[in-house]
Amino acid sequence: MMAWLSINLHAFLSTLRKLARSPFSSFFSICVIGITLSLPTGIFVILENLESLSSTFSGSPEISLFMSRDASRDQVSEIEKRLKSEPRVSRFKFVSKEDALAQFRNDNEFSDVVSSLSRNPLPDAFIVSAKRSSDLEALHVEMGKWPKVEHAQLDSNWVRKLDSILKLGHVAAAILSILLGFALVFITFNTIRLQILTQKDEIEVAKLIGATNTFIRRPFLYLGALQGLAGGIAAWIIIEAGLHFMNGAILELAQLYSTRFALSNLDPKESLILFMLSSSLGWLGAWFSVSRHLWQLDSYS
Amino acid sequence: MISLKGVGKRYHGGFDALKDISFMIEKGEMAFVTGHSGAGKSTLLKLVAGIERPSSGSVLVSGQDLGRMRRSAIPYLRRNFGLVFQDHKLLSNRTVFENVFLPLQISAFDPREAPSRVRAALDKVGLLGRESAYPVELSGGEQQRLCIARAIVNRPSILIADEPTGNLDADYADAIMDMFKSFNQVGVTLLVSTHDESLLEKFRPRIITLHQGRISS
Repeated sequence: MMAWLSINLHAFLSTLRKLARSPFSSFFSICVIGITLSLPTGIFVILENLESLSSTFSGSPEISLFMSRDASRDQVSEIEKRLKSEPRVSRFKFVSKEDALAQFRNDNEFSDVVSSLSRNPLPDAFIVSAKRSSDLEALHVEMGKWPKVEHAQLDSNWVRKLDSILKLGHVAAAILSILLGFALVFITFNTIRLQILTQKDEIEVAKLIGATNTFIRRPFLYLGALQGLAGGIAAWIIIEAGLHFMNGAILELAQLYSTRFALSNLDPKESLILFMLSSSLGWLGAWFSVSRHLWQLDSYS
Repeated sequence: MISLKGVGKRYHGGFDALKDISFMIEKGEMAFVTGHSGAGKSTLLKLVAGIERPSSGSVLVSGQDLGRMRRSAIPYLRRNFGLVFQDHKLLSNRTVFENVFLPLQISAFDPREAPSRVRAALDKVGLLGRESAYPVELSGGEQQRLCIARAIVNRPSILIADEPTGNLDADYADAIMDMFKSFNQVGVTLLVSTHDESLLEKFRPRIITLHQGRISS
């Protein structure tokens, strides 16, 4: 146990020395890995933010039915009857033109406009919710054809469009992540290969005096994982900095629309996943690199 | 301890480095392999050390057939050997101490006892005062002795040395041969290759002479 700990500690320390011995090339490889990782991670962060934005707006999607202004009381109650007997409708609310006008009057911004009107320009309206959101589209079309219904509006249309765009974005980001994950493995493969070449003699001698492949691999695996981890941290810094600058601009935009909205950062769990993923991909690249070298050595005898 | 039966080694391209080699070395024996350069001395030592595999025949060390061993078992076998190389194969970026420490590190030797083992090995070859020097700061003879210290630090049962006195003055060569003799006296089996006739006359060990890849009598 002592010996095992000592071996691992020694391998780890010699790895740190290796990184420190060539600070510039280490720094550059870490930056390359960081930039590679920040791309898909950044896209995921933005998608996630858009998702939370769309979910605050969507709620339960509704259809607004606007009656034509010349519809009589009877014609309105005829529509009400139809809505009651329609099995796909879960609930509906009637907003009379008087109620609608009163709502506008209470609103500070519109009260002046409303009081200057000679007659009520607003129609009677029903706000209808469906039991299943998949029925919305059909209901929307049918209700639009009901007598004295001037206009049926599906409020959730743009939300659903956004949702499907976001789904597409997720697929694209997933593909990009896989590609760049491979890129990370290849980058590590190459940087570790260069390290191996500078230590060719050491590897040869170690093998001659009885080192197992595990022993030879160990410091390089540490190097690959550590480089991956540092790259992951670099990506995290890039994303945090990017969000910081974007939030400055978004704050201005949000003020114009008098809403509060800010991009949220990577939470601790997501950050941990990023770090674990980047170090394991680095480990994998290093493993391939050393294994290839050892395989070449073995094939001579 | 070491037993070869009908061993041949053919390299890519059909060159036969060794043909039909058979001999046996008992435990605690000291044997020298001689012959002109290119006679196959180094190849023979590499086969015994498990660095290369025989193309035909069998190489048995401590009862194990090296030709049939699993690749993953070879490292553990090598830890029973002390290897002294003609070109030393020292690590130039490590100190004398660290070079000798390496085999102990590889075999996961207790790190608390390792330093005293390293110093004991350096003491035997007369390099105790030069622990923190780097190999380039050593003379040719000292480098060879460092290589020997690294070979014996694990207290191997078999010491295999390829031209250990290759480029050394006669005095240095004698000192190294005396060292080998003292190892042999404590029970280490020795297999040494050399082309230096004067050494053989002085020590009169068992001699295996190679000529164009075959044993000649």
